[in-house]
Amino acid sequence: MCLAVPGKVLSVQNIDGEFRSGQVDFRGVRKSVSLAFTPEVEPGDFVLVHVGFAITRIDEEEAQRTYRYLAQMGALEEEGLISGGAAQ
Amino acid sequence: MKYVDEYRDPALALALVERISRRLRRPWVLMEVCGGQTHTLMRYGIDELLPPEIELVHGPGCPVCVTPLEMIDRAIQIAALPGVILVSYGDMLRVPGSQSDLLKTKASGADVRVAYSPMDAVKIARAHPDRQVVFFGVGFETTAPANAMAVWEARRQGLKNFSMIVSHVLVPPAMQLILQSSANRVQGFIAPGHVCTVMGFHEYEELANQFHVPIVVGGFEPLDLLEAIHMLVVQLEEGRADLENQYARSVNREGNLSAQALLREVFEVSDRKWRGIGPIAQSGYRLREEYAAFDAGRIFGLRDVEAEEPQECISALVLQGLKKPLDCPAFGKRCTPMKPLGAPMVSAEGACAAYYQYKWQPREELTVQHA
Repeated sequence: MCLAVPGKVLSVQNIDGEFRSGQVDFRGVRKSVSLAFTPEVEPGDFVLVHVGFAITRIDEEEAQRTYRYLAQMGALEEEGLISGGAAQ
Repeated sequence: MKYVDEYRDPALALALVERISRRLRRPWVLMEVCGGQTHTLMRYGIDELLPPEIELVHGPGCPVCVTPLEMIDRAIQIAALPGVILVSYGDMLRVPGSQSDLLKTKASGADVRVAYSPMDAVKIARAHPDRQVVFFGVGFETTAPANAMAVWEARRQGLKNFSMIVSHVLVPPAMQLILQSSANRVQGFIAPGHVCTVMGFHEYEELANQFHVPIVVGGFEPLDLLEAIHMLVVQLEEGRADLENQYARSVNREGNLSAQALLREVFEVSDRKWRGIGPIAQSGYRLREEYAAFDAGRIFGLRDVEAEEPQECISALVLQGLKKPLDCPAFGKRCTPMKPLGAPMVSAEGACAAYYQYKWQPREELTVQHA
């Protein structure tokens, strides 16, 4: 029920002069998404979408920080603690 | 898909499991609060990858599951009235009330429609001014802003034929209930990342401080959950009880302020009954008086009906992490997703339904599905 899916904002429109909406790409499927709760969003941003609303702009810097943390996991692989895989 | 696939890397998952094992000195009981997280843990078998010293118990965070029988009965009653279009999230259609469900009500002639977004219900109301359109608004804080927006928008457009059955529940009061219980076993929580995306995490900081329990806001992909479990284990082994945020790409301390402002405009906090648990004080939302014209309960003047849960169901214990689904004698026999006895079996995100789907193979599927 609390499922929320990340998608990339392709374009932003104003509807009814009240709130903006955006065309958002989810793995090639495009949907119109309300940006009422994410007024700062621009085309090119990634947003997290729940029941037709973007509930946040995904923070790229924080995502990078997590990647770096996860990449450290790869060091364990080099130590031979785990085998194979796509660790970078 | 960016922000999805990279969080499902099996080699990194194993590396995280290894890292968790290295930190462990003692056994710990951890609870993931949100049903979406339960689903990921079961789907990827993460509970079985973890060292046996870590026991995962599953929280009450499935809004479909904890929607009271009475509320479903009420939706069914309204849907059966002439001139009504009842609109609901798809998850609610198969959930049994005390006598029937919305799908059967639809089959017997009621106009019941599934919406992806509550705004679809507003559009239906605008397109059918001669009909009463009622949206069955369930959900936790993640969904509440969207439902609030539907009511706000209906008022802005001056719609006289749109209303909502508001059945909203809040996560922190349920966690508090679990922590206050003398039987509580939970030593660390994975807080629900999407609820916190909307609400921020200051309420969870207060819980961590008040009950001296570590809480990590976690995401929904396998690596998110493993990282959150690792963070909890580190805290527990160090004797800390802090709020930490694993899901920082979506969650910050304040949360989504625009969404919170709309929630305050449309809803107010109220007492709420949870299916399988019972009443919890100040644990839900109802419409503010200014929006009473959109309250389906008032418009249709339905009496509160009391509905009894089957006695055999141990869902109250499952939802509070005191029992596991497989501890229940009815599990998979007299209680299945096709014919659920209680809350955690009714939605795919419920703990019992997740166990049924991923951990339990019925020997004779036909025998468990007969009506």
